[in-house]
Amino acid sequence: MVEIAGRTASPPAAPAEPDTEARRRPLPAWVITTASVVVLLLVWEFFGRDINPVFGSYPSQIAIAFVDLARSGKLWAALADSLQPFAAGYALAIVIGVPLGLVIGRFRVVEAALGIYVTAGYAMPLIALVPLLVLWLGLGFKVKVATVFLMSIFPICINTWLGVTAVPKTLIEVGKSFVAPDSVILRRIILPATLPYIMAGIRLAVGRAVVAMVIAEFLTSISGLGAIIINSANNFDTATMFVPIVLLMVMAIGLNWLIGWVERLVAPWQAEIAGRDQE
Amino acid sequence: MGEVSLIDVSKRFTLRVAGEIQTVQALSKVSFTVRDGEIVSLIGPSGCGKTTALRIAMGLETASGGRVTVDGREVAGCGHDRGMVFQHAELLPWLTALQNVMFGLEMKGMRGDVLRDTAARYLDLVGLKDSRNRRPHQLSGGMKQRVGIARALAIDPKVLLMDEPFGALDAQTRETMQEELMRLHERTKKTILFVTHDLDEAALIADRIVVMREGRIQEVMQVPLPRPRGDLGRTRGTKEFADTRYRVWQALHADAPTMH
Repeated sequence: MVEIAGRTASPPAAPAEPDTEARRRPLPAWVITTASVVVLLLVWEFFGRDINPVFGSYPSQIAIAFVDLARSGKLWAALADSLQPFAAGYALAIVIGVPLGLVIGRFRVVEAALGIYVTAGYAMPLIALVPLLVLWLGLGFKVKVATVFLMSIFPICINTWLGVTAVPKTLIEVGKSFVAPDSVILRRIILPATLPYIMAGIRLAVGRAVVAMVIAEFLTSISGLGAIIINSANNFDTATMFVPIVLLMVMAIGLNWLIGWVERLVAPWQAEIAGRDQE
Repeated sequence: MGEVSLIDVSKRFTLRVAGEIQTVQALSKVSFTVRDGEIVSLIGPSGCGKTTALRIAMGLETASGGRVTVDGREVAGCGHDRGMVFQHAELLPWLTALQNVMFGLEMKGMRGDVLRDTAARYLDLVGLKDSRNRRPHQLSGGMKQRVGIARALAIDPKVLLMDEPFGALDAQTRETMQEELMRLHERTKKTILFVTHDLDEAALIADRIVVMREGRIQEVMQVPLPRPRGDLGRTRGTKEFADTRYRVWQALHADAPTMH
């Protein structure tokens, strides 16, 4: 005991701690992110002005183009046009991809039977298949949904599948030892244990879904934000072309953040275990 | 009643080592019985098959030969007549302590208020009244294992199967948990099969010790300590404890094959 007491006394006096703590408090993440964006925009603005406006653009010019497009209402109409097949395809990918991944990961036979298609599908050069999809589904809403769906289901499905195979065997044995039927083990042990992987897959799929949406708008009936991109590119109006591109990227960031929020809502233990709940 | 027997249980594993298929005989005709209300320690060096024997008794693994009976009736697979306490508690991390205990009960078909009350009662029993709503990562190692024990006890099994439940705990917590287990045993009179690699633990808590080596039973010995054991710290100082411990040590080291 004496030894222990001696040891606790040796570090610097305790009252000094809160002070150093306050001084060392790290910058909030949003401050760093904002600063990073501001720096990027300034650099882009500075160098972008020297480039021929056909070959590039810069933030203030894009902002003006944005205001024009927004005022005319064209941007919002195009956004609404794009979001419908996007939302439908993406939602469908989640609704089908997650259960499919769970079943593939859980059952050896299903894994052997269907695993290869999912692995191959992930690498499928979808852009080459869009013309074929058009032949099957026409030029309208359906083919766009299908394109978004096909691009985003694989990361969701594969992540879920990998998540299932990473579930500790002992947790499944807990279910077995209490005589839980397979369906209960799947729903109440494997699904929650896999949630972080599922959410990661859903996040990864956002980017691919956005890309798929634009591809579909390029290659099928030209519409939505993709149409604005194509039309302004054809008119050498590079600034206007950047408006939907930037908008899509901002949208992807927003969606990503939203998914993160949902994840903390449905799997709060995960952030707590990882020690990220204070951030 | 609660009596579990392993009768001529054998287990072979096949392993693929560097392209060659090897057969490992994990258990060779192991037979022993844990009688009603008795605590039996299964002890031996790692790889001796003690955990395999326990897992076969639970039904988590199938035997290559022989059978397991509970109260004389042969069992296949897992059942509510046996409650398992895992080495690292293995609580479901997304559930609170209370919900973890409720999980086992729900699988037994319990619902509603009875379910909640029963789970709460068993958490109280293991001294976790105030930590019901904590998640596993908010519990210490000892507390987690208390929840693990409550979860297994709550389904009121005939036999409690414990797989080195205190092996991962620090020495002081381990001693507290051993005392706690003795107290729980006094109150519930459960039949317990307790796998351990700790000589002290085996001698302290058991009525009989089954010493295993290389998939066989080396020796079965009676522990001449009275019940209730009371203060385990004091029990450790008795001659009977020291003698038992030494006998187990001898059994584990008798004509030791060239293993070390």
